[in-house]
Amino acid sequence: MLSIQNLHASVAGTEILKGLNLEVKPGEVHAIMGRNGSGKSTLANVIAGRSDYEVTEGDIRLNDKSLLDLAPDARAGEGIFLGFQYPVEIPGVKTSYFLKAAVNALRKYRGQEPLDAFDFMEILKEKTELLELDESLRSRSLNEGFSGGEKKRNEIFQMAVLEPKLCILDETDSGLDIDALKLVANGVNSLRDGVRSMIVITHYQRLLDYIVPDVVHVLQDGRIVKTGGPELALELEKHGYDWVDGGAA
Amino acid sequence: MATGTEIEEIVGKDYQYGFVTDIEVDTVEAGLNEDIIRQISAIKGEPVFLLEFRLAAYRKWLTMTEPNWQNVRYTPIDYQSIVYYSAPRSGPKYQSMDEVDPKLLETFAKLGIPLNEQRALAGVAVDAVFDSVSVATTYKGELNKLGIIFCSFSEAVREHPELVKKYLGSVVPVADNYFAALNAAVFTDGSFCYIPKGVRCPMELSTYFRINAANTGQFERTLLIADEGATVSYLEGCTAPQRDENQLHAAVVELIAHKDATIKYSTVQNWYPGDENGKGGIYNFVTKRGLCEGERSKISWTQVETGSAITWKYPSCILKGDSSVGEFYSVAVTSLKQQADTGTKMIHIGKNTKSTIISKGISARQGQNSYRGLVKISKKADHARNFSQCDSLLIGSECGAHTFPYLEIQNPTAIVEHEASTTKIGEDQLFYCAQRGISAEDAISMIVNGFCKDVLRELPMEFAVEAQKLLGVTLEGSVG
Ligand SMILES: Nc1ncnc2c1ncn2[C@@H]1O[C@H](COP(=O)(O)OP(=O)(O)O)[C@@H](O)[C@H]1O
Ligand SMILES: [Mg+2]
Repeated sequence: MLSIQNLHASVAGTEILKGLNLEVKPGEVHAIMGRNGSGKSTLANVIAGRSDYEVTEGDIRLNDKSLLDLAPDARAGEGIFLGFQYPVEIPGVKTSYFLKAAVNALRKYRGQEPLDAFDFMEILKEKTELLELDESLRSRSLNEGFSGGEKKRNEIFQMAVLEPKLCILDETDSGLDIDALKLVANGVNSLRDGVRSMIVITHYQRLLDYIVPDVVHVLQDGRIVKTGGPELALELEKHGYDWVDGGAA
Repeated sequence: MATGTEIEEIVGKDYQYGFVTDIEVDTVEAGLNEDIIRQISAIKGEPVFLLEFRLAAYRKWLTMTEPNWQNVRYTPIDYQSIVYYSAPRSGPKYQSMDEVDPKLLETFAKLGIPLNEQRALAGVAVDAVFDSVSVATTYKGELNKLGIIFCSFSEAVREHPELVKKYLGSVVPVADNYFAALNAAVFTDGSFCYIPKGVRCPMELSTYFRINAANTGQFERTLLIADEGATVSYLEGCTAPQRDENQLHAAVVELIAHKDATIKYSTVQNWYPGDENGKGGIYNFVTKRGLCEGERSKISWTQVETGSAITWKYPSCILKGDSSVGEFYSVAVTSLKQQADTGTKMIHIGKNTKSTIISKGISARQGQNSYRGLVKISKKADHARNFSQCDSLLIGSECGAHTFPYLEIQNPTAIVEHEASTTKIGEDQLFYCAQRGISAEDAISMIVNGFCKDVLRELPMEFAVEAQKLLGVTLEGSVG
C-alpha cells in the first residue's frame, strides 16, 4: 500500500526527516510514536503533500505510484486522508456542504459521477449513526467553535464519509477525555476492513489500548529507530522514550 | 498546493466584459461650463425647471471642493477633459426592439442582459442605459396597466414632469456633496419609476448601466417612488468596457417610500476595475439615498460590488416615518489594485425605527477595502434599534481591510449593537481543503460564498446566481 524509502524532508531550510523508511501493507494498522518535535506531524504533512515541506531525497509511493509530483488534492484523490492534529475552522461553510464538495471532488478525480443530494444525505446519516455523533454537528460551520474533542471526532467523521485507502491520524487522541477517546477509537476500528491501511500517530500508548496496531514504530530525530509489535508501545509506556535512546545507542 | 505568493495569484482573471462597441455617437465637446449644461438641456428638450435645477447645482458645485476624507487614493480628475454627453447616433427613441441598433443589442447580449422578450419573459423588465441615453424599455405595456411608470429619466421628464419636479432632489439635495452636485448639473439620463398606491409590482424591475464611449463620464439619475402601500424590487447591474484611462461615474439614486411602502434596491456592480498595475478602471463615486417618508415604510439596499478601480458610495436610509425600517446588505470585493470605501448611513428620526447593516468586505491581491458607516439616532427617535455586523475577509497578505463605524446617539432609549470580525483565508485552510480533495479555487469560492451568504440570500434568485459567478471570476487566479 504505502512504501516510503529513504525520505529526507526539510522545512524552512532545516532537515527534519533524515532518511525515513516505512512499509505499510493493505489492511495494516501502524502506530508511530515519538517525542514532541521528533517529526511525526512533518511525516504526515509530507505524505499529504503540504507545500512548505520540501522532499530533498527518497520517494513516497502509494500502490506503486510515486506521490511526490502530485498536488495535495490529487493525493487525496489517490486515497490519502490526513486527520489533522489541529483541524482548521472554516466559518460560514457547513460541514455537510464541505463534505459534499469533498466527496464530489474526489469522485471527479476518480472519474466517477457526482453524488446527488439524496445519496449523499444517506451516507451522512449512516456515518453519523456509525460514529454515534450528534446530528447537529454536520449542520454547523466546519469546526467553527467546536471543542477540541468535537474537532477530532469531526475528523473521524470525514474519514468515514470519504472512505480513503490510507488514513493517517495525527495525534487524534490528544485533548480527548476517556469517553471521547473510546468513541474515536470505535470509529476508527469500524473502518478497519482488512484492506484500508492506517497510520496512527500518537504520543501516548493510551490510544493503542483501543486501537490495537499491527506494527509500532518509534520515530526519533527524523528516523524510525525501533519497530516492533503492540508490546513495543507498552514497553515505551513503562520505560519512557529515554529507554529508546539507550536501546538505539 | 498554494504557497504564499500563489495565493496572491488566484485573484485575477481578465475582465470578461472588456469590449468596445463600435457605433456612431453624438457627443458634446469636452469640458464643463454653463453653455455645455444649456446644450445638454436643449438636446434633451428639457423644461425650464430642470435647466434651472442643473444651473443651480453647477453654481454650487463651483464653490465646493472634492472630498478627500475617504480612504482611497487616486490621481486628480480633470473635469474639463470629460465629455458630459454622448448618445448613440441613431437616436434615443425606439418603439420596438427591432429598431434598436443590432450592434447595441449584441453588446447587451454579450453582457448577458435580459433585454430581449425571451429573457424578459422570466419576469424582468429592463431599462438599459447605454452611455447616456436609455435605449429600450421592455415590458412597459404590462406595467402600464397597473399604473406603474417605469421609463428612462428623460421620458419621465417629458411625460410626467410634475412627478419629477416634486421628487427630484428631495432626498439628495443639489448641494449634498461634490459628486451629487456634479451629477445634478450634468446628468444625462437614468431610470424613473413610480409605483402607485397599493400596487405590488409584479416583476423585478431592472436597469443595466454600461459605459462605452471613451472619456465619457456617466452621470445617471435614478428616481424611484413607492406610493402608500406599494411594493417594488429593483435591480441595477453595471459593466463597462476595458479602457486605459480612468472614467468617472457619478450617479445619484433617490428612493422615496411612502406609508407602508417597501422598496428593495439591489445592485451588482461590475465596472472595469483597471489592470493589475492599477491602470484604467472606473471611478465609481455614487450617492444613493432612500427616504422612508411614511409610517412602516421600508427600504432595503443590497449591493454586490466587485468592479471599479475606486468605489465610493454609501447607500443610506433616512428613517423619518415612525416604525420605518432600513436595511443595508453589502458585499464589496477589492482585488488587483482596487479600492473601495463603502458603507451606509442609517439616520433614525421617527420613533420605533429599526435598521440592520450587514457588510462583508473581501480583499485580495493589493485590494483595499474600507467599511464606513454612520448610525445616527436623533433626539425624537424613541426606541430606535440598530444592528450592525461588519466582517472582513482577507485573501493573501498584501491586501487591507479597514472599518470606520460612527455612532451618534442622541436618545437614551436607543439599542445599538455592533459586531465586527476580520478573518484571513490562510494556507492552513487551503491545505485542509486540498487534503479533502478540494482545489484551491473551489476552496476559495466555497469560503467566500459562505462568508457572503447572509448578503447573497437577500438578492433576487437570478441575481444571486450571477453575483456568485461574479465573485468567482473576480477572485479567480488569487491562488495558484
Ligand atoms: N512549518 C514549520 N516551520 C518550521 N519548523 C517546523 C515546521 N513544522 C515542523 N517544524 C519543526 O520540525 C520539527 C518536528 O516537528 P513536528 O513534525 O511537528 O514534530 P511532532 O509532530 O513529532 O511533535 C520541530 O523541531 C519543529 O519545530
Ligand atoms: Mg505533531
